Amino acid sequence: MTTPTLSIRDLTVDIPTRHGVLRPVNGVSYDIAPGEILGVVGESGAGKSMAGNAVIGLLNPPAHIASGEIHLNGTRIDHLKGDAMRRLRGKDIGMVFQDPLTSLNPLLKIGDQLTETMLAHLDISAQDARKRAIAALEEVGIPGAAQRVDSYPHEFSGGMRQRVVIALALCAEPSLIIADEPTTALDVSVQAQIIALLKKLCRERGTAVMLITHDMGVIAEAADRVAVMYAGQLAELGPVREVLAAPVHPYTDGLMGSTPLASRGKDRLHQIPGAMPRLDALPTGCAFHPRCPRAQDDCTQDPGPRIADGAGRAACFHPITREAVA
Amino acid sequence: MTDITPPKDPSRLSLALQSDFVYQFKRSPVAVVSFAITLILVLGAVFAPLIAPYNPFDPASLNLMNGFSRPMTPNAFTGDSFWLGTDDQGRDVFSTILYGMRISLFVGAAAVAFAMVLGITLGLLAGYVGGWTETIIMRIADVQLTFPSILVAMLIFGVAKGVTPVEYRDQMAIWVLIIAIGLSDWVQFARVVRGATLVEKNKEYVAAAKLIGRTGPAIMVRHILPNVLSPVLVIATISLALAIIAEATLSFLGVGAPPTQPSLGTLIRIGQGFLFSGEWWILLFPAVTLLALALSVNLLGDWLRDALNPRLR
Repeated sequence: MTTPTLSIRDLTVDIPTRHGVLRPVNGVSYDIAPGEILGVVGESGAGKSMAGNAVIGLLNPPAHIASGEIHLNGTRIDHLKGDAMRRLRGKDIGMVFQDPLTSLNPLLKIGDQLTETMLAHLDISAQDARKRAIAALEEVGIPGAAQRVDSYPHEFSGGMRQRVVIALALCAEPSLIIADEPTTALDVSVQAQIIALLKKLCRERGTAVMLITHDMGVIAEAADRVAVMYAGQLAELGPVREVLAAPVHPYTDGLMGSTPLASRGKDRLHQIPGAMPRLDALPTGCAFHPRCPRAQDDCTQDPGPRIADGAGRAACFHPITREAVA
Repeated sequence: MTDITPPKDPSRLSLALQSDFVYQFKRSPVAVVSFAITLILVLGAVFAPLIAPYNPFDPASLNLMNGFSRPMTPNAFTGDSFWLGTDDQGRDVFSTILYGMRISLFVGAAAVAFAMVLGITLGLLAGYVGGWTETIIMRIADVQLTFPSILVAMLIFGVAKGVTPVEYRDQMAIWVLIIAIGLSDWVQFARVVRGATLVEKNKEYVAAAKLIGRTGPAIMVRHILPNVLSPVLVIATISLALAIIAEATLSFLGVGAPPTQPSLGTLIRIGQGFLFSGEWWILLFPAVTLLALALSVNLLGDWLRDALNPRLR
């Protein structure tokens, strides 16, 4: 087996507060292979973005990695500090942010922002960097790239800007891209284009992608595998087709049931009752048990099996077996 | 994919002339008038040696017999006529105003520049670094705000005067004045820059810059600084008017520009001694000039604040 591009082992992020320690990411483990797109889904506050920020070292204090390991291309990176982390994350990890309005500096020409990134990490001249900036813009589908390279961000539409952001993330040729809700701020038709673009470019270059989103449609469209998170823990992890078509964890099943589908007709949309627990008031046992239709006594006592320990696809005592559904 | 060829880029000047900013400027009579007055006064000060009919600092050109000449009236003894009259030593008031304005404007502009550099640097540091750095910088600023700035300037001026050797005092006076006014004025720059930095540093482009491995100072200077500059521009303009007045106040009180290098404030101080003996012009003309200068710069600053803030339009 080849070395995964990104390997997270038992990652835990803590935020110490006056009322005790909050744990937005709690013992999460997953791998992303080169060229693979891993979709990370979950409700707001499930710890999706926190896990992403932990990987690139952009956790805002006092949040910090409490335990666990992060390996990038076989090198451990979670304990790197300062300079070493800086050099590494720009070169090897690219990031696509949610809002293309704020993720480009409004006062710098996009060409300057692209060349700044390349000059910081690649050993090339300024002219070469400019040529590559134009090439990068062409690659993400900006028409007239040679002219547009000298435009300011406000001269682009939202979708175009997100293309620029993707070019920016890819231009230093990283081995991993973290896309944190890259399509949330875009309208649906542009969404599909951006996802297709991201998918195509990463396939071509063998870049691994961590695609953080709460949109099941985007996951179905783009991801190879999907990791479902709930209250900081991994609920289910598996190939996207299997997980979406036949969810095993009751939470995933609930999520799928609450996604509007044209094929489902006019039935009322199913809801998961209740809301995700606050991080300072997690229930004992399995964090999902108060909302779980399949919960039994043991769920209220024991946190349940974990995927990393060999529980299989879902971290659940009473996973949905296909016979039960059928 | 088809290439779109946009029309040829217009020149920077024509772009600037078509900008909203210029359009707003043309539509505001107050802005146009105050800009014109400021421009005339500044040009007069800059080209004083070319414009002024006399050099008031050249003792050889002075004739004591010309003292107390009335404006536009030939002197009783010499028959010389002066537009704005002369002072007790026969110095042409118009010329002294031009030269005095030079010193006032230079001190004002240099003091604002000094305050700006100091305030922006400390404000960026406080906003971006946060923590103890921020606490220390902003508490110093708060403490300084509790004293009237003219008092702070006088304190600094007095201390500086005490430590400079007597023979350099007159030469150093101008520079000490600049530092004193600058140090009393940096706080507002620091506060505004810090506030704007707090907003900007949480935007994703700053995270993106961190991500590509930029260091803190590079992010502050290249990414954050340009984005916090527009409020700074407004404060700088209004501060300029305040600095000119502060300089005049200090000079009026006798702790500023020395009589050998009189600023507008010094001229007003000299003139007030003659007001009740009937030589009103020695006081009036420098005072009116100071008023016009400070007012027009202030109005310009007000207009700039409105023009740069779309929400106030």
